[in-house]
Amino acid sequence: MSKEMIEIRWHGRGGQGAKTASLLLAEAAFSTGKYIQGFPEYGPERMGAPITAYNRISDEKIRIHSNIYEPDYVVVVDETLLKDVDVTAGLKKEGAVVINSAKNPEELRSLLNGYEGSIYTVDARTISMDTLGKYFPNTPMLGAIAKVTNIMEEEELFKAMEESFQHKFATKPEVIEGNMEALKRAYKEVKGSER
Amino acid sequence: MKDKKTPLGGNVSWKETTPGGIIYDAGNATRYKTGEWRSMKPVWNKDKCKQCMLCFPVCPDSSILVEDGKMTGIDYDHCKGCGVCVEACPFNVFDFVKEE
Amino acid sequence: MAIRERLSGNEAVATAMKQINPDVVAAFPITPSTEVPQYFSQFVANGSVDTEFVAVESEHSAMSACVGASAAGARVMTATSANGLALMWEILYIAASSRLPIVMPVINRALSAPINIHNDHSDSMGARDSGWIQLYSEDNQEAYDNIIQAIRIAEHKDVQLPVMVCMDGFIVSHAVENIELLETEKVKEFVGERELEDYLLNAERPVSMGPLDLPPHYFEHKRQQAEAMKNAKKVILEIAEEYEKLTGRKYGLFEEYKMEDAEVAIVVLNSTAGTAKEVVDELRENGVKAGLIKLRVFRPFPVDELKEALKDLKAVAVMDKADSFSAAGGPVFTEIRAALYDVEDRPEIVSYIYGLGGRDVRVDDIKKVYDDLKEIVETGKVESVYNYLGVKE
Repeated sequence: MSKEMIEIRWHGRGGQGAKTASLLLAEAAFSTGKYIQGFPEYGPERMGAPITAYNRISDEKIRIHSNIYEPDYVVVVDETLLKDVDVTAGLKKEGAVVINSAKNPEELRSLLNGYEGSIYTVDARTISMDTLGKYFPNTPMLGAIAKVTNIMEEEELFKAMEESFQHKFATKPEVIEGNMEALKRAYKEVKGSER
Repeated sequence: MKDKKTPLGGNVSWKETTPGGIIYDAGNATRYKTGEWRSMKPVWNKDKCKQCMLCFPVCPDSSILVEDGKMTGIDYDHCKGCGVCVEACPFNVFDFVKEE
Repeated sequence: MAIRERLSGNEAVATAMKQINPDVVAAFPITPSTEVPQYFSQFVANGSVDTEFVAVESEHSAMSACVGASAAGARVMTATSANGLALMWEILYIAASSRLPIVMPVINRALSAPINIHNDHSDSMGARDSGWIQLYSEDNQEAYDNIIQAIRIAEHKDVQLPVMVCMDGFIVSHAVENIELLETEKVKEFVGERELEDYLLNAERPVSMGPLDLPPHYFEHKRQQAEAMKNAKKVILEIAEEYEKLTGRKYGLFEEYKMEDAEVAIVVLNSTAGTAKEVVDELRENGVKAGLIKLRVFRPFPVDELKEALKDLKAVAVMDKADSFSAAGGPVFTEIRAALYDVEDRPEIVSYIYGLGGRDVRVDDIKKVYDDLKEIVETGKVESVYNYLGVKE
């Protein structure tokens, strides 16, 4: 496996946009010239059911087509999943988990089954409510993981995402600005307990 | 390829047969001589015929030959000798005889 | 210049169909192929194609409409998966035996029961003897490339057979990956127009199709159909060569990966091949002479070419993502094993049925297969010919 490949696993609940966020992250990386994979693991497709989505990002063509068992990064879009799902299973110690939570990272460590690596949190709920007036955690989480992985320059990311949002929200351009703000705030506000 | 014909008969090789059994020539049933199947044969007596045309529509093999609205004879290449024309004729114009 | 894009497998397939702009598409939705007609119907609605889209009430009707339209003279496409393909069964044979060049993406999914929407190859493998040409695709790029080539293969005068282009459901169909697209004009130029000698709507020279075919002729028609399948091998290679000139991407009957000096190899189809290549690279770094064959063309079956490619190996594992329930290995295995019959000093060959119903295929699973092959080579003994990989014991 290519050493430069970054593998990310997303945990969310059906309806929160984890799949969309993984695809948007792939799109942003694509726009900077990377090879990308973005794919969900389909289970019971119901609102609220735990879902998993994946990203691979690499400088070389990606051939592997299995799920990700030893991710470099994990994104948890819904804090309540920490009770039910072993989100850090296989997560590399030198990697990081990014959790949607208002808490400080170290407050969550006890819920992570002995995970010893870095933990980051971002309050995606507050950011979403402030910028979009509704709870859509996926855009802030995208901003947070992009910051933590540092897969692209800040300006590159914002430019790529603006284009993606313009495409994705072509029929409701009024939400583009809010989403960009959510992205930027999360990029700035994500806080880490680095190891 | 306007002159393509569907090969007939029981001895067509796989190289010559048509793809998927496509039949190239419309109305090719005339090329199939069902007259060979005949064991009884209708014989038309022209002099007795009133040209009422009742035999024409009942013939299942279109073997009543007609020209200018008048019967002219029987197409023995395709007549299978079913005898329906013999039954249908109100004037007993046809003899129905054994095929020799 | 090729167009750098990122598309899911289904988007790639629908995009190829858009660029081909077929005369008729008749389709019925079924997971995971649903997006193909869904995207395509949007192309119809927004006018980017001028295809007649026939929304039917079942897959049996979808394939029936395809047969009718293709016989009438149209260039025809559809798409399906799993139970949808199974419902087409009767008409699949009619399409092939009537020599109708329909092209159909099959987004591979497990057949019920128990009901399962995830990937395996039981659907297309079950249709392997229906008379359709079958091309398999590792990723979105190959699915796209195969579909464009399939049009030419199907309509070639020496072939005139329908083609299934298979790719893995969800794993490829719903994964967004990089892809290089051709410009639409180049696709149009490559596929050209369907050139026909005979078709039902030709008023100049009416023909009949699908006649009653009794014992004096039926066998000859089947023999001729078999010859068309034989011809397909050459045609597939010719068209691949032409496509390579256009795109730089090389296609054959199968891909040989690090086979030159290989002692052990696996034969596999579709997306698992990519994962297996990673394993081959890792094994090579550790000095293991491992190779891989990814079968692209399963129908016609490249028996001589595979024999040549496999004959010098010491051990081969054939991985089938479908069980044929013959109680004697998977469908690809039995055919490859038969292909090796004439080889004097033939390699040991073992069967692995794997990944049924979407069971994920991990790097470690494939490593295990190569480990087993190494064991066979070292001990000279085959402990088990028929194996199930990744099943819970």
